[in-house]
Amino acid sequence: MSENLFLGDEALAQGALDAGLSGCYAYPGTPSTEIMEYIQASPEAAARGVHRSWSSNEKVAMEEALGMSYAGKRAMVCMKHVGLNVAADGFVNAAVTGSNGGLLVVAADDPSMHSSQNEQDSRFYAQFALIPCLEPSSQQEAYNMAADAFNWSEQYETPLLLRLTTRLSHSRANICTAPARAENRRREPSNPRRFTLLPAIAKQNYDRLCAKQAEFAELSDKSPYNLYYEGQDCSLGIICTGIAGNYVQEAFAGKCPHPILKISHYPLPQKKLARLLAECEKILVVEEGMPFVETQLRGPLGDPRILGRLSGALPRSGELNTRLVQAACGLPLPPLVPPSPLVLNRPPRLCDGCPHINTYEALNQALRDYPEARVFGDIGCYTLGALPPFNAISSCVDMGASIAMAKGAADAGLQPAIAVIGDSTFTHSGMTGLLDAVWENSPITVIIVDNFTTAMTGGQTSLGYGKIENICLGLGVAPEHLRIFTPLPKQHDANVQVLREEIAYPGLSVVIARRECLQTIRKK
Amino acid sequence: MKYDIVLAGVGGQGILTIAAIIGQAAVSHGLNVKQSEVHGMSQRGGSVVAHLRLGSAAIKSDLIAPGSADMVLAMEPMEALRNLEFLSPAGVLISNTTPVINIGNYPPLPELLSALRTHANNHLIDGDQMAKDLGSARSVNMVLLGAMAAYLTLPEETLTAAIRELFTRKGESVIASNLKAFAAGRAAVN
Ligand SMILES: Cc1ncc(C[n+]2csc(CCOP(=O)(O)OP(=O)(O)O)c2C)c(N)n1
Ligand code: SF4
Repeated sequence: MSENLFLGDEALAQGALDAGLSGCYAYPGTPSTEIMEYIQASPEAAARGVHRSWSSNEKVAMEEALGMSYAGKRAMVCMKHVGLNVAADGFVNAAVTGSNGGLLVVAADDPSMHSSQNEQDSRFYAQFALIPCLEPSSQQEAYNMAADAFNWSEQYETPLLLRLTTRLSHSRANICTAPARAENRRREPSNPRRFTLLPAIAKQNYDRLCAKQAEFAELSDKSPYNLYYEGQDCSLGIICTGIAGNYVQEAFAGKCPHPILKISHYPLPQKKLARLLAECEKILVVEEGMPFVETQLRGPLGDPRILGRLSGALPRSGELNTRLVQAACGLPLPPLVPPSPLVLNRPPRLCDGCPHINTYEALNQALRDYPEARVFGDIGCYTLGALPPFNAISSCVDMGASIAMAKGAADAGLQPAIAVIGDSTFTHSGMTGLLDAVWENSPITVIIVDNFTTAMTGGQTSLGYGKIENICLGLGVAPEHLRIFTPLPKQHDANVQVLREEIAYPGLSVVIARRECLQTIRKK
Repeated sequence: MKYDIVLAGVGGQGILTIAAIIGQAAVSHGLNVKQSEVHGMSQRGGSVVAHLRLGSAAIKSDLIAPGSADMVLAMEPMEALRNLEFLSPAGVLISNTTPVINIGNYPPLPELLSALRTHANNHLIDGDQMAKDLGSARSVNMVLLGAMAAYLTLPEETLTAAIRELFTRKGESVIASNLKAFAAGRAAVN
């Protein structure tokens, strides 16, 4: 048993290191960030020279990992759930090329949206891409699965998706570790043509991928992660996936009278599933996230035997807990203290002295004469500008959307149209939108709030550090409409003036508001 | 044996440090531990909560079910009240009484405290004042940890050893002031 307590993220990272990982690729995002941070802090990763630098975005990270797999080594790519939307092109097509060295894609989902825009469920992506998916139920399973995933990836020449959820990613436990395995040597792919997805080759690959589905299903049925627990009372059978099984165990204090099928490995284990469906009158599906299994079992007409989030037995959205499972199983519920009216929301705030505060104060004043103006926001600490006292932004959708949405709104005649975007978000996916605006000289003002870091997720390297204005100039922003100011109270009037001038200009301008994040300064 | 603790506070008040110390002490005492934390957005002056579970048998869920915690430990009174629903009727509430007022319409403190006193087994402690009196205003969380020690079935030496270990890199004087704060909190609960 380990002396240390491992976060689910860390257990997976250590498992990957012990399984011969040669490269970790990632863009930060809660709750996945600590996987890469663990590897960056690991002395053994440093000694072995495991790749462990942040990537510009998830798509790039996915492709870098695929490149390492192509070269025969074991690679892991980590992201939060919405990162998989960004990486989706590489991800889905990597399923078609297949892997060479073990390739593990990790997506950390955030049910209840603790720090996310949605609660999309990554298991759908694995199903869509036709590859196996693992969903650990504990820190120990997260550790163990890394080695199995790499082995299966090499055996079946397929990438695997491993899905984490917030409560496992960010919960610690003691784990048992295994002896470390050596890293792979470089080696050629089995068939060097299969990475060239010309239609003729892609068709063959795709047929092979379809043919592998039966093997994947068989693997699921034999998997040590899918377990059938006998039960006497077959009026109900319970299917639980990932960490949801823990809530089921606790709801019944470890003595569940009903048969349970615990699933942590997809596609669904058909034989075990068929047995449960045959033995039990009704089936309760308990899954953290969207009703992925339940939808498949209910079918288009909504089989009334199948209970879960869609039937109303469990809430349609949000995280599960033991009490919700107790309620769904008709177990007695302990009484609860009713919520007190004295308890008020305490939302997160920008740190006192944060540079974003001064930028929003200047922007709000510059826009005082423009009641029609709209400010398209983006994702980062500066999104908190949507809350009082600033009430400064009208949108926050996905990384990079600020610039493209401002341009689209300007195309529709909305004026003034302003975008506010952080430095890390800009290099993640704002640069391409800016190129569109340059091409059309769109009448928008882009404010890049450059605090030298990826602050929102804890201060990771921002890859555009020291390069932001050169990137803008290189993309073709006119030098006379590329302005830089320091967001400080004493510069307020001058900053308002800069913003007024550029907002009045009927073409594209970029204003860089540059001052370092206080939290990164504090950590130095 | 099983012991479930909900730790609550405002971002930056050091509840994860408390959790780390108890977690380490429990592991070195041979117990199983699960400790669920909050990372990300909620840390910037917002409400934070961590669930810490200790047990001689394997622990399943990472979260404590509402109505079942053995202890709620709060660094701040409104956060104590927010998390009271986790506490079992027989559980103990330990809360700091100094409020963190970073919202406009913060409720009157006396009302908050009397709402907390409706729970039978409570210890309301002015940890901020005690830490200030000791000359180590930043060790409020160690005062509260000391207060918890009366209820944790962990030997006090294992806890103080975990405090030493955690602050080793910060030097002897930091260790000493944290241990002093711990002892003061321990003495406040009898
Ligand atoms: C596709 C995607 N990847 C990652 C995230 C997580 N995330 C949210 S904001 C952010 C970066 C913010 O950095 P920056 O733009 O520099 O703003 P700052 O927080 O420093 O103000 C990240 C990584 C996300 N929401 N979406
Ligand atoms: S972490 Fe940095 S960027 Fe975020 S609010 Fe604090 S000072 Fe501002």
